[in-house]
Amino acid sequence: MSANNHDEHNDGHIAEVHHPSYGVNILVWIGLLSLTAITVAIAGINLGALALTVALLIATVKSLFVVNFFMHVKFDNKVVKIFIGVCMIVFIIVLILTFFDLTFRF
Amino acid sequence: MSNNINTAVEEVQEIHMHRDDFGSKMGMWLFLFTEVLLFGGLFILYASYRYIYPDAFIVAAAELDIFMGTINTIILLTSSLTVVLAIVALQKGNKRLSMSLMWITVICGLLFLVNKYFEWGAKFHHGIYPKGPALEQMSEGEIMYFGLYYVMTGLHGLHIIVGLIFIGFVMWQIKKDVITASNFQRFENAGLYWHLVDIIWIFLFPLFYLIH
Repeated sequence: MSANNHDEHNDGHIAEVHHPSYGVNILVWIGLLSLTAITVAIAGINLGALALTVALLIATVKSLFVVNFFMHVKFDNKVVKIFIGVCMIVFIIVLILTFFDLTFRF
Repeated sequence: MSNNINTAVEEVQEIHMHRDDFGSKMGMWLFLFTEVLLFGGLFILYASYRYIYPDAFIVAAAELDIFMGTINTIILLTSSLTVVLAIVALQKGNKRLSMSLMWITVICGLLFLVNKYFEWGAKFHHGIYPKGPALEQMSEGEIMYFGLYYVMTGLHGLHIIVGLIFIGFVMWQIKKDVITASNFQRFENAGLYWHLVDIIWIFLFPLFYLIH
């Protein structure tokens, strides 16, 4: 019984292999390189005020690919996802508060 | 009741065999969040000064070489891929392939730093450095741009160096069979760190190089 308990206990803590595969990661890499090519190509076009938004949008998509596949978050525990969400919300709140100050100071 | 105590005693006795990969991973993520907030502060500083000096940032960014920036982006993305593939290779029991892929990662990291050296070198040559002749002639906004450029790419470069040391340590442990197909959390943690450094570059690249 106690030996059994111990096994179960360990199962929760030893990292499991999440169906490792070369193919998916290579596909993600090709996607990332394509997005890099797109963002550089778009930078050559004069989009005016939209340019920054588009560049940041592409960078965000690239980061989501890296986080979900390279950092395995897609296959990860829910706690990790919640942590990342909280961290991002804190960052965005501080960014918005800074801009309240910047835009209304004068 | 006594059964419970016995179990507890056995668990304490076996604690030296206990491995907490999940805890190790969470610890790494918590550390990564402090890194996000460190760089996040600088990104907010960048956003603020770009808001105040939009035109000066465009003028100053023209000094940067988009081609060099693109090459460095490709190098870092590739190094991230080789780290992931190295972890897959080790999990599949192919230690030799894993080590080869890690060597490619190290070479990519070093290439990135060499490119950065030439980029910074070219700017120093043009007199763009603190109290440099070209920088003294520039407007306040351009000076802010280059201040942020040196601090943010410099701090990022330091992270590349730390990442390479971490990766070197992990490679040594793979070689010594401390990190194996069934015990790879430290390897994953090194990968997480390297990918975070990659993500920071994914944002630095468009913000500093691709402004028109």
